[in-house]
Amino acid sequence: MPIETVPGPEKVRFDRVTKRFGDQTVLDGLDLAVAPGERVTLIGPSGSGKTTILRLLMTLERVTDGVVHVDGEPFSHMPSGPGGKLVPADERYLAPRRRRVGMVFQQFNLFPHLSVLANVTEAPRHVLGLDADEAAARARDLLGLVGLADKEDAHPTRLSGGQQQRVAIARALAMRPELLLLDEVTSALDPELVAEVLDVLRDVAAGTDITMLCVTHEMAFARDVSDRLLMFDRGRVLESGPPGKLLDAPEHERTREFLRSIR
Amino acid sequence: MTGSGTAVFLSELGRALPAITEGLLVTLEATGLGAALALLVAFALGLAARSRLLPVRGAARFAVELLRGTSLYVQLFWLFFALPMLGFRLEPMACGVLAFGLNYGAYGAEVVRGSIAAVPAAQTEAAIALGMGPGLRLRRIVLPQAYALMVPPFKNLLIQLLKATPLLSLVTVADLTFRIDQLRAATGGTAAAYLLLLLLYFCVAALLGAGMNALERRAQARLGVVGGDA
Repeated sequence: MPIETVPGPEKVRFDRVTKRFGDQTVLDGLDLAVAPGERVTLIGPSGSGKTTILRLLMTLERVTDGVVHVDGEPFSHMPSGPGGKLVPADERYLAPRRRRVGMVFQQFNLFPHLSVLANVTEAPRHVLGLDADEAAARARDLLGLVGLADKEDAHPTRLSGGQQQRVAIARALAMRPELLLLDEVTSALDPELVAEVLDVLRDVAAGTDITMLCVTHEMAFARDVSDRLLMFDRGRVLESGPPGKLLDAPEHERTREFLRSIR
Repeated sequence: MTGSGTAVFLSELGRALPAITEGLLVTLEATGLGAALALLVAFALGLAARSRLLPVRGAARFAVELLRGTSLYVQLFWLFFALPMLGFRLEPMACGVLAFGLNYGAYGAEVVRGSIAAVPAAQTEAAIALGMGPGLRLRRIVLPQAYALMVPPFKNLLIQLLKATPLLSLVTVADLTFRIDQLRAATGGTAAAYLLLLLLYFCVAALLGAGMNALERRAQARLGVVGGDA
C-alpha cells in the first residue's frame, strides 16, 4: 500500500552533503529529500555511501560539507549568534532532536550487561524519564510485537542472531522514533533467520507511520515496504523511483548490473 | 635452630602475638585505605585521560607518567622526610596511604583508560542511537562493561600494593613487617621470623585474590562471557 507523499516540510533533507574519510569521498554533494511517513530503500554496491547516509542522520558521523535537515530545521548544524549562522551542532542542540531518530544496526549491538527487557527499557527510563513500570509495560508490548514475549529475562548473548535483531528492533521502537534507520539489518544473519526479522519489519511498516530509511540487499523486502528506491553509485543517486519501476525496468546499465550481481 | 632456640622463639611468638595481630591490622588498614585512594585516583586520572579537552588530557597523562615513572620508595620518603621541611607534616600512616594511593592509582588509571577503550565503539553508537548523552552512555553502558575488564588487572595491583606495604616500617609505622622484625630481633630466629612473615603475606594475598576472583566471576557472568546460568 503506497503512502501518499505528504506535501509540506520534508522529514529529511540533505543539502549538497559531502562526506569524506581522509581522501576518500563517500558522499559527493548529495541532495536528498524524504517525506514524512515515506519508506525509502537505498540500494547500490558496497562503498557507495548508503550506510554513511544513515550514520549521518544518527549523528554517528559529521558531514564534511553541506547541511542535513530533519523536520525542516538544521540537524547536522545549528544556528548560532545574531545572524543565525550555521555551525556544527553541539551535544546540547542534538540531544532532544536525536531522540526522534532510531537506528537498527547490522550487528544488533545489544547491551550485553543487561537482560532483554532491560535492553528495551534502558533508554525510555533514563532518557525519556519513564518510571520502571511504564517502561516495562511499553517494553513487554514491543517484545510481544517482535514475538519474544517469553524471552524478557534472557541474556542477550543466549539468543539467536534473529532473536537478537528482533530485540534491537523493539529497543529502537521503545523510544517511539519518528524516523527509523535500518542498516543492513539482516546481513549478519544466517539465511534461515532472515525471514523472521523481515516479517517483524513488515509488521512495523504496516502498523505505524514511522518514516523509514533502509539499506538492504533484500530486494523482495524492499519491494514490499518501500515507496521509493534510490540506486546509489559512488556517493551519488544514480536513479530513483518506485520499487516496481527501478527493480523491473531500471534505466541505467549500472543498476541492471548491480541487480544481477545480488540475485 | 636448636631445640632451646625453637622453644625461645615459640614462647616469644606467643608473647608477641597481640603485637603481631596489631601489625597485621595496620597492614590491612594501609592496604585498604591505599587501595580506596588508588581507586579514586585511577578513575579520576583514567577518565581525564579520555577527555576531549587537550589540557585536561595532557595534565592527566603527565600526572600518570610522573607517578609511574618515580619510585614508590622515593615518593614515600619524599612525603615523610621532605614535605615537613616545606612546612607540611603528615602522619606516617597518611604518608603511606597517600604514596600507595597515588602510585597505584596511576597504574590503575591506565587500567581504567584501557578498559573503557576496549568496550566496542558499537556499544556507544547503540547508546547514541537511543538518545543517550555522554554521561549516561559512560555510566550506564560503557563503565558496566569496562568494569568486567578492570577486575583482573585491579586484582594484580591490589596484591602488589599489599606487597609494597612493608615500606611503611621504614617510616616508623608498626605494620606487620615491623612487628615481625621486632620478634626477630628479640629471638634471633631470623629464618623462622621471616618465614612466618612470608606465610602471613601469602595468606593475606590469597584471601584478597580469592575475593577479587569472586568479583571477576560475577562480572563475567553478568556479561554472559562464561557458561552457567543466565
